[in-house]
Amino acid sequence: MESRSRLFLLISSSLLCTLPLLFWPSGAAAAASDDNEPLIQPQIKPQPVKPARIDSENFEFGIFTGLLSVEDFGSNAVSGVRLAYHASEDIFVEVAYGRSTTQQTSYERLLGSVTLLTEEQRQLSYYNLALGFNLLPGEAFVGSGHAFHTDLYLIGGIGSTRFADDDRRTLNFGFGYRAIMNDWLALHLDARDHIFDIDLLGTQKTSHNLEFHTGLTLFF
Amino acid sequence: MCRNKMPAILLTLLLLLFTATATAADEYRQAKIADPFIELHSGPGRGFPIFYVAERDQWIKIIKRKTDWFKVEIKNGTQGWVHYDQLLLTLTPAGERTQINDPSGADFLHRRTEAGVLGGKFSGSEVITLYGGYAFTRNISTEVALSQALGTVSSKQFINLRLIHQPIPEWRLSPFFAMGVGNLRSQASATQAQAQDRSDSVAHVGIGLRSYLTRNFMLRAEYNRYVVFSSDDYNEDLREWKVGLAFFY
Repeated sequence: MESRSRLFLLISSSLLCTLPLLFWPSGAAAAASDDNEPLIQPQIKPQPVKPARIDSENFEFGIFTGLLSVEDFGSNAVSGVRLAYHASEDIFVEVAYGRSTTQQTSYERLLGSVTLLTEEQRQLSYYNLALGFNLLPGEAFVGSGHAFHTDLYLIGGIGSTRFADDDRRTLNFGFGYRAIMNDWLALHLDARDHIFDIDLLGTQKTSHNLEFHTGLTLFF
Repeated sequence: MCRNKMPAILLTLLLLLFTATATAADEYRQAKIADPFIELHSGPGRGFPIFYVAERDQWIKIIKRKTDWFKVEIKNGTQGWVHYDQLLLTLTPAGERTQINDPSGADFLHRRTEAGVLGGKFSGSEVITLYGGYAFTRNISTEVALSQALGTVSSKQFINLRLIHQPIPEWRLSPFFAMGVGNLRSQASATQAQAQDRSDSVAHVGIGLRSYLTRNFMLRAEYNRYVVFSSDDYNEDLREWKVGLAFFY
């Protein structure tokens, strides 16, 4: 019994002594390679660089109000909205919508009892799509401390005018003056001729309808 | 009533736009000048005088853009406008060329949305079309088009929903095929006694061409044939051609 326990102790102690020897060389190599690397691995992920967005201000939206002279139907107040896209420093495209209420013709006023149009038919509205060209860009000075960017532009396009229950094909052209107060606010002065055919008073004729308006627009 | 509300709505819109402009991001893009110098103009246009010259290796902040002009601020607080060409040669904080995300011909192929204006003839009368489209793939897209044709006898308004197939989008002049359905409203002129207002269903097929122009612009031309399913005994066959300008995003 005693010899058996001695044998067990001998085997186990010899095993305990040889085991480290068996694993020593590989363990030493591993320790040597560890010395070259930092103990703590910093976790670096390449950060995707997202550049800040550059704010583009090529759209211009605004309102206008002024005077529209409708041939035979008097000069009347007109108001509307416009949206423009500036494609380059020279060229822009514009969509505009305006409306006005026309007056009685001289013929109706003189005769008194005659009415050519109903109240609803006297409402005039138009829309147009136009191409603008900044012809004379420049600067305007107010006093000695303020300079505003200005443009004198030519503009022309096609559209439709709804008047007296009919949609009328309309050509428009004119010029305008834009004074940019700061980076985003501009004042407009515009003169426009709306040309459409009308046959309300007997014969078909081409009418020129002049509009002068002033407006305020925002660049965004 | 509606007319009285219009100014109020417009004013609200303007105010909204104003606040949107006022609260724009304060974080600006930075760039380092790589050219020997860049020129700062007093305004966003070629004629504005150069009032400051910033040298190489200076850092600039890009504040905003108007067409091809960029408003920049240099370290000492001076602000001026620099042209696109000079800004392209500046470097990002990572040392790379500044990337201005301008749409190009490559973006044209992968465009998602487009909108434009076309003008031409629709069965003898002038037509104006406003359309907007969405591309599902490089080849297949859908569009909604609003048109108005103004003739001497009647004015027609029509809306069309169309499906477009562009088989070879890479070509400089790339053809497309279209088909769609819609509604045509025909309004007789007030001075035409016999004619009356009508509203009919229409279907159409068409062919056309798209061509990339510059930046985010394209030219477009098309020819369509419409069948009007009129309430009369026979169907009308109408032809339309138009050309126009569109931009894409």
